[in-house]
Formats: sequence, C-alpha cells, structure tokens
Amino acid sequence: MRLILRNGFVYDPLNGINGEKMDICIENGKIVEDVKDAKVIDCSGKVVMPGGVEIHSHIAGGKVNTGRIMRPEDHLKNVMPKTRLTRAANGYSTPSTFLTGYLYAKLGYTTAFTAAMPPLMARHTHEELHDIPMLDKGALTLMGNNWFVMRYLKRGDVELAAAFAAWLLRAAKGYAIKVVNPGGGEAWGWGRDVRNLDDPVPHFDITPREIITGLTRVNEMLSLPHSIHLHANNLGRVGNYLTTLETMELANGTKPARERQVVQLTHVQFHSYGGDSWRTFASEAESIAKAVNSKDNVIVDVGQVVFGDTTTMTADGPMEYYLSSLTGLKWSNRNIELETSPGVTPFIYSKRSPVAAVQWAIGLELALHIKDPLKVLLTTDHPNGAPFFRYPTIIAWLMSSRYREETMKEVHGAAQRNTTLATIDREYDFYEIAAVTRAGQAKSLGLAEKGHLGAGADADVAVYDINPEEVDPSRDYKLVEERFSATSYTIKDGEIVVKDGEIVKVVNGRTLYVDAKVDSELERELERDLDYYFKRFYSVNLANYPVQEVYLTRPTPIEVKTNVR
Amino acid sequence: MPRYTDVICSFCGTLCDDIEVSVEDNRIVDVKHACRIGTAKFLSSNDLEHRLLKPMVRKNGKLVEVSLEEAIERAAEILKNAVKPLLYGWSSTCCEAQSVGIELAEELGGVIDATVTVCHGPSVLAVHDAGYPGCTLGEVKNRADLIIYWGSNPMHGHPRHLSRYSIFPRGYFRERGQSDRELIVIDVRKTDTAKIANKFVRVNYGEDYELISALRKVVNGGELREESVAGVPKEEIIALAEKMMNCQFGVLFFGMGLTQSYGRHRNIDNAICLVRDLNVHTKFVMQPMRGHYNVVGFSEVLGWQAGFPYAVDFGRGFAWYNPGETTANDVLQRGECDAALVIASDPVSHFPRKSVEHLAKIPLVAIDIHPTPTTQIADVVIPSAIAGIEAEGTAYRMDSVPLRLRKVKEPPEGVLSDEEIMRRLLAKVRGEAPKLEVEAR
Repeated sequence: MRLILRNGFVYDPLNGINGEKMDICIENGKIVEDVKDAKVIDCSGKVVMPGGVEIHSHIAGGKVNTGRIMRPEDHLKNVMPKTRLTRAANGYSTPSTFLTGYLYAKLGYTTAFTAAMPPLMARHTHEELHDIPMLDKGALTLMGNNWFVMRYLKRGDVELAAAFAAWLLRAAKGYAIKVVNPGGGEAWGWGRDVRNLDDPVPHFDITPREIITGLTRVNEMLSLPHSIHLHANNLGRVGNYLTTLETMELANGTKPARERQVVQLTHVQFHSYGGDSWRTFASEAESIAKAVNSKDNVIVDVGQVVFGDTTTMTADGPMEYYLSSLTGLKWSNRNIELETSPGVTPFIYSKRSPVAAVQWAIGLELALHIKDPLKVLLTTDHPNGAPFFRYPTIIAWLMSSRYREETMKEVHGAAQRNTTLATIDREYDFYEIAAVTRAGQAKSLGLAEKGHLGAGADADVAVYDINPEEVDPSRDYKLVEERFSATSYTIKDGEIVVKDGEIVKVVNGRTLYVDAKVDSELERELERDLDYYFKRFYSVNLANYPVQEVYLTRPTPIEVKTNVR
Repeated sequence: MPRYTDVICSFCGTLCDDIEVSVEDNRIVDVKHACRIGTAKFLSSNDLEHRLLKPMVRKNGKLVEVSLEEAIERAAEILKNAVKPLLYGWSSTCCEAQSVGIELAEELGGVIDATVTVCHGPSVLAVHDAGYPGCTLGEVKNRADLIIYWGSNPMHGHPRHLSRYSIFPRGYFRERGQSDRELIVIDVRKTDTAKIANKFVRVNYGEDYELISALRKVVNGGELREESVAGVPKEEIIALAEKMMNCQFGVLFFGMGLTQSYGRHRNIDNAICLVRDLNVHTKFVMQPMRGHYNVVGFSEVLGWQAGFPYAVDFGRGFAWYNPGETTANDVLQRGECDAALVIASDPVSHFPRKSVEHLAKIPLVAIDIHPTPTTQIADVVIPSAIAGIEAEGTAYRMDSVPLRLRKVKEPPEGVLSDEEIMRRLLAKVRGEAPKLEVEAR
C-alpha cells in the first residue's frame, strides 16, 4: 500500500523535526523519501508522530492472567462487544489480549514490550502475545534471580553468564535482560527479601550489587539492543530513594556497547520515596531527577500513578506480599523454580489517601525535573500505576500546569506539602511528548526502525486531531486528553488500522527476539551445565524448555554479534 | 524403529515430560517412564477397535457413517440454528483447539464451559475471593520440607506426582530426598497415599472447614477451647499447626476431597487464608491437584481471551460470567440451551441425571477419540486424533507450566486433530470456504 500523509505537523525528535508542516510518504510498509500513485490522507491541522512504543507494560503472561482470573470484578467495567472485525473484549486493569491490542492501536501505539517474562513460563507469554493484535511485540526476560546467573557471577565467570543469557533469550524468545529485585526473588523462596545492595542472597552468597554489575557487564559483552532493564530493590518502601541512588551509581564507568544507556531504571516513581514511616512519607523525586540529569548512561521510565482501582503485578514477590498485608486484599503468588517469584494483588489509588496523592505527584515531578525527555520515558508500569489507556490524562498533566493545579485541589494535601510538584511551571510541548512516548523508547530498546519517521523506518504512524497552531494545551488540556485518547489515523506497517478512533483493520504484528551467538566452545561448556541442572533441579526436561517458533506471530529474530571470547 | 524421547504424557495434570516412546509401523510398541495409566493411554492408541474412526450423523434415529464434510455441515447447521448452544468439554485437548472453540462460542453467541465446572470450579471461586499463593512444582522438589496432601490420593490419581515433584525426589536444598521431607495426609479414610505418610490425620467427613479453622486459630495465636475438632484431638491439631509454622517451605496439595465435599469453595477460601496466615511465620504455598491434563489450559486461554476462567456466556456479544447461572449444569438443568457441542469429554457419564436428560433432548454434536455414552446419544459424531500422541499442541500442567505436546504417530486414516476439526467447523458456521491447513489423510 502506498500512502502520503499530507501536510501534518510532524513531531519526530530523533530526526530533530519539531512541528514542521510536511508530507510523510509510505511504501511497502516503510517510510520513504517519495512515493508515486499513492493514496493521499489530508493531515493538515493535525499532529503526526511516529507510532507509539511501549517499553514496559504487563500485557501478557502468567501473572497478567492470574490477575484476570483472580479479578472477575475488573472485567465488566470495560467492555467492547464483538463487532464484524473485532473480537469480544473486556477488562479494565487487566484487559484481555484482544482489548490490549485494540486499545493500544487507538492510542496510536504500534509496538509494545511486556515487562517481565519468566523463561519457564515463556510459552505462556508468547501464547498471549500471539493473541494481541495490532502491535509488534517483545518480552523482557527475567534473569536477576536466576540460579545459573547467580552461580556464574559468584564464581566470576562472566563469559559463561553471558553465554547463558544469550541461550536463555534464544530459548525463551526474549528481547532483553530484565532484572527484578535482584536477589529478593530468590530470598522469597524462603519467605524472605533482601533490603539493601549488600544483603547476601540466602544460600547463594552473592549480593544484589554483584548481580546488577555482573548482568550489566553481560549485557554489554553481548552488545544487546536494549540495556539491562532494572527494577531495583526495595520497591514501594518508605525511604527507598537511597537504594535507588546507590543503584544508579553502579552504572558509573561502564561504557555502553551501543548508542544507548547502560541501565534503564524502571518505574522509578515507586523508587523515589523519602520519609521514615508512612506518616512522614514524602517525595524524593528531585534527588532522583538530579542524579539522572548528572549521568549520561542511566535513563528511567516513570511508572506514573493515576487515581483509581488497579491490579498490581510484578516479579517482585516479597513486595506484593508486603503490599497485600498492608491492604488486606486478596493476594496471589507463584514462585518459579530457579528463576523468579511473581505476585499479584489489587490496589486502589484513592485521591483521599496521602500516600497515593504523593505517589501521583512523584511521577509528574520526575518527568518535569528530568531535563532531557529522551531520558525519562512515559509508563504507568501498566497496570501497576494505572492501566496504560490513562496515558492521555498523563500527557495532558505534563502539558498543562493548570490541569495539575486543578487535580492537586482534588487530592489529599500531602501532594502539595510533601512534594515539589506545585512549584513546577514546566509544561511539555508536543515535541517532548513524542520523545517520552515513542522516540526515547525506541532509542532505549535499540530499535533503529521505530520511534521515528525518517526514510527506512517502519511505517508505523499516529495522527492526532490537534492543531498546534490553534490549540493551547496549557488551557485546552481536556481537548488534548480527548484527542490523544483516539487517533484520527493509526498506521501499522503502512496500513490504516484505526480511523477516527475506530478499528478498521485487524493485523498481526511481529514478535521480536534476540538471537545472540557466542563462541561454540563456550556454548558446549554451557550445555554440560544445562544438562546437569535441568536433570536435577528443573521439573521439565531441557528438550521441552525452549519456545518453538510456531508460537510467534511473524517471528523476527534480531541477530546480534557479541564480543564474548 | 523411531524412538521419541522427552514425550509429554497427555493424561493427568502431572503432565510428565520424560516419557520415551518407541513406534513401529505406526504402532506404539514400548513406553518407558510413564505410570500405568499413562502407558495404557499411549498403548490404547494402537487399538483401533475401541476408537471412533468414521464421522457419523443420526438419520432416522440411527447413527450412520458419512463423509467428514457432511458431518461438519450438519454440525454447523445444528449450532447455527440454535439460539443458545452450549460448548462443553475441552480439558482433554490442547489449547489451540480450545482457542478456536472460544472463537466459535463467540461467533454463535453461545455458552462455553469446561470440566472445571465439576472439579476445581470451587477452587476458582475461592481464588476470586482470596487469591492464590502457589509455586511451580520444581520449587516443591527443590525446597519443600513439609508436604501435605489434603483430600487427595495421588498414589492413584496422579501416580508420579510423588516421585517427580513432592516427596521422593532429591532437590537442590533437599539432597537426601524423602528423608529430608515430611509427608502428612489429611483425609476421611486411610488412602494408599496415607499409608506411606509420616502422619495421617483422619478428618470427619464433611468437617474439613472446621479443621482448617482450628488450624488457623492456632497459627494466629488463639487457643482451642474444644477437646477435638472434626474428629481430630486438640493436641494433634496444635502439633500439626506448629509443624506447619516451623517448617522451612511447606506446601498444601488439595484435591476434590476438599473442593467437592461439604463447604466446597468455602473450604478452599479458608485454606487459602490458612496458607496466607502461615506466610507470616514461614514460607507456605498451595496447589490444587488438577485432574485432566489440560484443564488448566482451558482456564488460561479463556482467561486471556475473555477474562474469566470458565462458564462464559457470549449471548450478549461479550463475555458474561456468573457461575450458578452460566455453568454447564445450570444451563442444562434450566433447559436453556437448545443445542450442544461436546468435545473431549463425556458428560452423559458424569453429569447429574437432570442435565443428561436435557442433553438427550437437544441436538448434540460430539467430538471424541473413542465412543462414549455421550457419542452414543449424539446426532453428529466426529472422530479426532489423540492430542499428545497423534497431534501436537499446548497443554498447561497443574501448576500452569505450559508444555508443547508432541506427535509420535499418525492418527487413523481420515481422522483430524481437534484443532483442525474446530477450524473447519468455525469456517462452516461463518459460511467461509474452509481453510485447509491440513489435508485430510
């Protein structure tokens, strides 16, 4: 299909295009310089951006489905009946796979990465990704509590750890190394946790510090497209910002193997807490932002809270247990042999709660205090801070200090007293919005063909019905919120899939995974270990562990040349 | 002689994946490592006398052999003409077939339900209330020092569960295997599992709830006033609770003795709360002993596609879930469904009489590997390949670990997999030309 998107206001931060009126040409699923005999779409008076890229969202896999099954009360709040084109779909904080695809497409997103895949459960994650239409997909693969990783790093064998990581990504069809509460997930196997970077992991005689630095080295040795994706220790604990600052220091001196950061600290809103009890709970977003501003190899994503009912889910098992013991709400947990320990529990962010009000403010503070928008990516850690379809509200908050003030009036006074949000005048423009919702994500993930509109990029485009010359987002924030909720057009691989906020075509995206090759001798050594460990300690045979390609829609391996030996 | 290793046994929820199978002339001649039930299932695929081989349609009161095309045509007609068809079964086939089945239910505006409804349905209801603190079975093998089976007799129902995952295997932190662990069985009678246990606790029939409550009371620091609860002496209850609190990693496996006895989902709700209470003191998890090899898979697939684990009514154009209303037996007993499709299950043998009476009244399509009382009263019968022996696919172990079933031999001539039958049926219902992904052999 050939298309010309004519005369829109184009925002493409990776190519430095800031609201210029121009045409975007599309041919064979790619952006091209010029195209003939094309269908013309008039985009005058509209905002044109690259398709959105979701970098951290729990959209598929065991714990997401545990959340769905545990919470039948969640589903009738948001229902999209079957149409001629689309499947029956439902779910609010835990939308069904179909709804996930449809809703992202309506927001103008064309790519999404699920945030935490346990390798043993990878087949399940891919079965769900298979059923998410509209998007290119990938999975961040959990390694921070993996027994192989911890043992290899403990004995200083980084090469073998790297060979294992490469094998695991191939076996699980994963895209990047995800680290969640390093050491804490293993400790949770005994009902315990680790509370600082130098707490030893029970029985493994290794510390979170060693796991993080080790996996950082592994990641750069393998030269993976994305950096390590780190959910730091102590999530959600009062006073945890010190752990977060200390964790950031671990990236010092490491040079990235590619043009990107060395570590992405994820959902830092949950890691920027000051105070010494829930009574004195306060924001330390400014300290965290200052640290991010001063570093060139660390980026963060926000994990913004939006008020309402949601389902929290993370591979941080001890944290979910702790949270459920605070709320008394139902709690699910599943320790996964040799790998990780996810948990799920519902949560309500109430406007009347001082803690929730401060959490809300912290996310916005982070986004507004961090100067370079490519270093602070917009996420809600779906569904932990809020469901992803609340992005338009967050975009409107970022673009309008007036809207923030209005909201501030509705929420508990702690947001005013214990955070700096009320003192911030900064308002994002469309260029910065494009940076925090797509360009930064694509850059962080090492996706050269996404997040921008230069020739050669994937023809994934979002067109929003906002005229930047007429609309003042600072005042017209409700309009901004509304228009970012449903695109005029979403274009996926050069095809119009959403028009005027309605799905007009259902497509299946690619599944991206990393295929990193290491030295064959090293691989043989690894195979001996795999054989030994699987026979004794796993409950499945090694031969039944790797995910077959048949589970993937449009399987797209990213081949990586590594520097291992 | 082709020899297959790492084959997955598609019988029970234990889903053993270490089976070795030898095949000669499309006959299984040897099965290694499987239990007697599993071995029998593999070998039964040789026995064509007991298989359904030809599609059949009821004409003038008698089932007569027809072409597959005609059987599917008739099945589609029955389902399309129904106002509210019931699509039931699903637990003994792969996720791929289940997935198409859900799409078909949606297309028809019908009700879809699985055998969950008559086994661990109450466990699911309890999960809605209280959550589910569990783990994968390898965690039990590596860490558990206290193993409890409550209302479950794995020696008979899940013969290799004990040797692969729980009491016998050596694990990373349990190097000596059985001698590093303690096995407690709680049941109404001394089962064969109870005979090998370190401790057997006999609970009065129908009083499990009381015993769980008593244990919770002790775990939470309360004092028992009664001399005995549910037939168990006070001292024994205190000793048991203390054992649970003082272990390093405890696991509670529970079976239908808890889910389908008096109290049902309230028993499980209480048991979940007990496990949660125990987590204040130590590490404790639980695991339902799921029966059919892919009953978990059905809830997973329906979960991610429709949000609910079983009993979904698509009549409104979206998923409506209300156990007691949308569950198969309720739909049948109210006489609400006017046609049914049953796949990989035999409700005529297992459902209450009133449900079966209605099933006998309405047009019925049955898809199965062998004749059953359900296929005998059906109006259309379509034979299918045995998933995990004659067809590939995905199944979820009782702890939700997904595995890919292997195919080790060809199905009987002309017989298709459940997935393929469902695809053709869906295409026919939609009036599309069938997408022939697999040619009929």
